[in-house]
Amino acid sequence: MAQKLDITSIRNQFPILHQEVNGKPLIYFDNAATTQKPQSVIDALIKYYSHDNANIHRAAHTLAARSTDMFEDTRKTIQTFINTKEVEECIFTKGVTESINLVAQSWGRKFLNAGDEVIITTMEHHSNIVPWQMICEEKNAILKVIPINDAGELLMEEYDKMLSSKTKMVACVWVSNALGTINPVKEIIEKAHAVGAKVLLDGAQACSHLEVDVQDLDCDFLAISSHKLYGPTGVGVLYGKRELLEAMPPYQGGGEMIKEVSFDKTTYNEIPYKFEAGTPNIGDVIAFKYALDFINEIGKENIEKHENELLKHCVDGLEQINKSPNHQIIQLIGTAKEKVSVQSFIINGMHHFDAGMMLDAKGIAVRTGHHCTQPLMSYLGVDGTIRASFSVYNTLEEVDVFLEAVKKLVVLTAKHTK
Amino acid sequence: MKTITDIQNEIIENFELFDGDMESILFYLMDLGKKLPAMPEVHKTEDYLVKGCQSKVWLFPNFVDGKVFLEADSNTEITKGLVYLLVTIWGNQTPNDILNSELFFIEKIGMSRMIGSQRSNGFVSMIKQIKLYALAYNSKNN
Repeated sequence: MAQKLDITSIRNQFPILHQEVNGKPLIYFDNAATTQKPQSVIDALIKYYSHDNANIHRAAHTLAARSTDMFEDTRKTIQTFINTKEVEECIFTKGVTESINLVAQSWGRKFLNAGDEVIITTMEHHSNIVPWQMICEEKNAILKVIPINDAGELLMEEYDKMLSSKTKMVACVWVSNALGTINPVKEIIEKAHAVGAKVLLDGAQACSHLEVDVQDLDCDFLAISSHKLYGPTGVGVLYGKRELLEAMPPYQGGGEMIKEVSFDKTTYNEIPYKFEAGTPNIGDVIAFKYALDFINEIGKENIEKHENELLKHCVDGLEQINKSPNHQIIQLIGTAKEKVSVQSFIINGMHHFDAGMMLDAKGIAVRTGHHCTQPLMSYLGVDGTIRASFSVYNTLEEVDVFLEAVKKLVVLTAKHTK
Repeated sequence: MKTITDIQNEIIENFELFDGDMESILFYLMDLGKKLPAMPEVHKTEDYLVKGCQSKVWLFPNFVDGKVFLEADSNTEITKGLVYLLVTIWGNQTPNDILNSELFFIEKIGMSRMIGSQRSNGFVSMIKQIKLYALAYNSKNN
């Protein structure tokens, strides 16, 4: 059962939230872009560089052993966090983008052939479009796109029609960063597997909001970014099933990923090290563990409940503004039944860039623009949206301040466009 | 005739009245944008579009009697206000004066984010584009 959270004490763990922007208390609603970091993560970084810094997996000295243990501790924590069968199935990367590129380049180079098909969706972030376009072009493979309806939900019957023995990969975003839509990934995976295709999930947005169990989902790959999970930037994880990772060639060559090197031949290390060439981002990986601990301590179920309350309050408020005469100029973008705490919208008559600047003047940070989903925006017929995305440390009172500010913009715009 | 520095100082003085209140500054900029003379539609073509990630700017230069005159427009109100200021400062100036000038007003009116490393707006590209036009005009005449 979900518990009521003490948001004040959660907020107290985030020093960045306690500041003024443009003379107003900061309201941070750009969590889908990146989440803020709790003190424990910041402290872990300071402690690592003050006490423990050494290169990992190599030297015999104490500091190296300490760093290695802490680095591998994060791997064990992420294993539990997403419930992988084996810890070696978790590879550290720079983030979701690198995780997807790794699969596209390594798995794609080996397993994609001319005429094969890769399926993505209309709501992909550019980072789950471009890597597949690149490898498809190289291999003469075909990229297919699942369309969506006006609410921002996948047209599953169209997906069914696309699947065939030619389908080799379905690369799909679990939760849309621009719309908040939660895609029916379990069904997507089952159907893909039925035709022998593999599935990569872009988990950038999903993992901070939803329970993740890769064994239950049975996905073949899952890409994660630490910075969307209250952790440092520059760290991510690629989960892959052991048999796939073992069959895939290394993505980059260098130190760490080798077993033996001679000028005639190099033999590669075991997974996960085969895919972790060079000195990794040790300090940030170590601090990432504290971010995962922070989430585990509060509990995903509790986080989800609180965030859903914030979303509902926001959507109700925006719809309320739209009800008053002459002010019916807000258009909600992304109204799927299953959503996380992200709401995109436009104010007809006011450019989203102006709206973003005006909200910033009131200390409110939202994202405006195309959210790195240009094909989705052109499908929806807009050149960008205003996006508010909520996190565990946001409050209903903050949503009220935001709604009041939006209302002011709506009144202003309605007056000018009369 | 006012120099580029004189005009910028006057603008800064006007903005000082807002005492750093960002909301008022933005409202003022949006009002200034409305003063921008309408740009003939025939000049609002792809060739004269300065692209930005979020805001677009159209810019059409004229050279008359050794001076630069600018027609411009933007699809966002705040950028349009800044475009108005830029046209006020650099319009009716010689290419040399434009090339040798420093735009210090942007930072002083609290809008430095518009010229920072954010790739989000066409305003930065507009500044570069005007300097390029001035350069091209100079090399054509030398």
